[in-house]
Amino acid sequence: MSTLAKLFPPGARQALPVLLFLLCGFVAPLLAVIAYSFVPPRTFSLWQPWTLENYVEIFNSSSYITFLWSLGLAAATVIILALICYPIAFGLARVFGRWATLITLLFTLPLFVSENVRIYGWILFFIKNGVLLGSLKSMFGWELESALFTVGLTLLGMVYVYLPFMLFPMTLGVSMVPQQTREAAFDLGATRWQVFKEVDLPLAMPGIIIGFLLTFVLAVGAIVESKVLGGQRIIPITHDIEIAFTYAQNWPLGAALSVLLMLVVGALVLLVLRRFDLDSILGRR
Amino acid sequence: MTAQPILQLRNLTKAFGGLRAVDNIDLDIQEGEFFTIVGPSGSGKTTMLRMLTGMEFPTSGEILLRGKRINDLPANKRPTCMVFQSLALFPHRSVGQNIEFSMKMKGIAPDLRQKRARELMAQLRLPDTYYTKNVTKCSGGERQRVALARALAYEPDILFFDEPLSAIDYKLRKTLEKELKDIHRETGKTFIYITHSLEEAMVMSDRIGVMRAGKLVQVGSPQEIYSAPRTKFVSEFIGDVNVLAVKADGKDQVRSAELEGRFKSPPIPQGMSDGYLVVRPESLRFIDKRSDAENSIEGILYNEYVLGSRVQYQVRVGERVFIVEKLRQQGFEGKRGDKVLIGWDAVDSILVSD
Repeated sequence: MSTLAKLFPPGARQALPVLLFLLCGFVAPLLAVIAYSFVPPRTFSLWQPWTLENYVEIFNSSSYITFLWSLGLAAATVIILALICYPIAFGLARVFGRWATLITLLFTLPLFVSENVRIYGWILFFIKNGVLLGSLKSMFGWELESALFTVGLTLLGMVYVYLPFMLFPMTLGVSMVPQQTREAAFDLGATRWQVFKEVDLPLAMPGIIIGFLLTFVLAVGAIVESKVLGGQRIIPITHDIEIAFTYAQNWPLGAALSVLLMLVVGALVLLVLRRFDLDSILGRR
Repeated sequence: MTAQPILQLRNLTKAFGGLRAVDNIDLDIQEGEFFTIVGPSGSGKTTMLRMLTGMEFPTSGEILLRGKRINDLPANKRPTCMVFQSLALFPHRSVGQNIEFSMKMKGIAPDLRQKRARELMAQLRLPDTYYTKNVTKCSGGERQRVALARALAYEPDILFFDEPLSAIDYKLRKTLEKELKDIHRETGKTFIYITHSLEEAMVMSDRIGVMRAGKLVQVGSPQEIYSAPRTKFVSEFIGDVNVLAVKADGKDQVRSAELEGRFKSPPIPQGMSDGYLVVRPESLRFIDKRSDAENSIEGILYNEYVLGSRVQYQVRVGERVFIVEKLRQQGFEGKRGDKVLIGWDAVDSILVSD
């Protein structure tokens, strides 16, 4: 075998196109963002002495508030979605039978419509004299305050938009619990709650954890909901980043914020994956 | 058998739509009995078991446990426990945690639970070190024992078994069958076992009930089921048998239209005109001349199989194939294609209805 063939075994050669694509499309922009976070504020060239000024500025400013809003809203979204989705997932996997496909389709359909369009749909629904308040006014003569432009509605929008991302991994998790194992627990004297706690939950955990991570990571990056439904009542970190890159023309600051966000989210994900070792949950190790 | 039966079924029926999966079953099971329900798939035996465990509820009829009606009691409230076909062990738990599950649900203190679990493990010959081992890492036979220990830890009045040995290879199955029988004797508990293998039922059971299409067609000791099957279905269920459709022809003689012959049979019951004459392969023998047996047929030696200690011969008679089995040491010297005479005596045959 020649040295070249040894250096590039068939597997590596086959992987080359994907590797190049990932290097250009994924690794390079990421490296660019990281690099930009170290150049002096309000400059646009990478070829100058690097500095930590951007990070210092972030820690001296009130950016942590937007960080907290983003993380808090994402956490709230995940918790609310977990409570909403578990019963639906259980139904899809165990109860609905042949209706499950149709119901799944209903939950998937909104994904075919752009997120922005759906969010503006909510505006029409909640706006003063809109679908909800207009109807209440004309039918009952009730004049209520619009719920628009509140934190609550921001949360509602996020819960609505990210529902499928929690529901489908969770359904997969729930359907992985063998029916006979649940029955065995029940037969051994467990109450319904005990069956849920001792069998359903731990065995569905891989799907549930994936749903948690997926929705959390997506929700931390949410921006439209607070901008449109929340009326900028609160500013999430993504909004700060957008402003830094656009109006403020301060790419290095935006890049530094992005890097910090990635670090925080990455650390959280690693922490969860370590705490819930998916393989050991499944008894594979 | 004057004591009150531990379990009584009265007109027990379960219908799914128009289909009666379990059809009007009456049965008494005595305390301490090893009772096996045998039937082919779709005979309703699993549905019956699910009603007994409380995972399905009867459409009509009654289930009485020590004389008390338990029809509507769900599985977790019944003092019975089942070993599942898939065993249904908890894969995320250790051997010890699996065995202790029911005790934990009852709120028994951890040290008492552990003591009992280790006792059961010793009784079932599971190494003590397995207490912390993950069940998914145990072998097939070990998992069977864990499942049995887990069920015994519940201290059930009746233990149910849903074909737990069906997916296990022959040799291990034979060992586990004997172990299960030992455990039954040691614990003195009532065991109700379902299987599609009459052979398995024969080895372990005190009594066997044969099910077909939701009905219990015959109940009796293994000896009764084997030597005195009442129907063609039960006789064929045991394994290879020779069955001949016959018509009564006198007091103890039948006529076969197919073979155009008359055969001596056991005494024909009053009023039976059509039936089947059953001759087990081991009751058939090769003979030299027709006068060596009460009944004889001439055929051609067609095939020969060695079944371990026994040898099976197939003898063609017209379009029919008769099966003859002999112990290997009594082997028969014959070549394929030879003309042979096979015979049997009336006492070795059984007359059954459809």
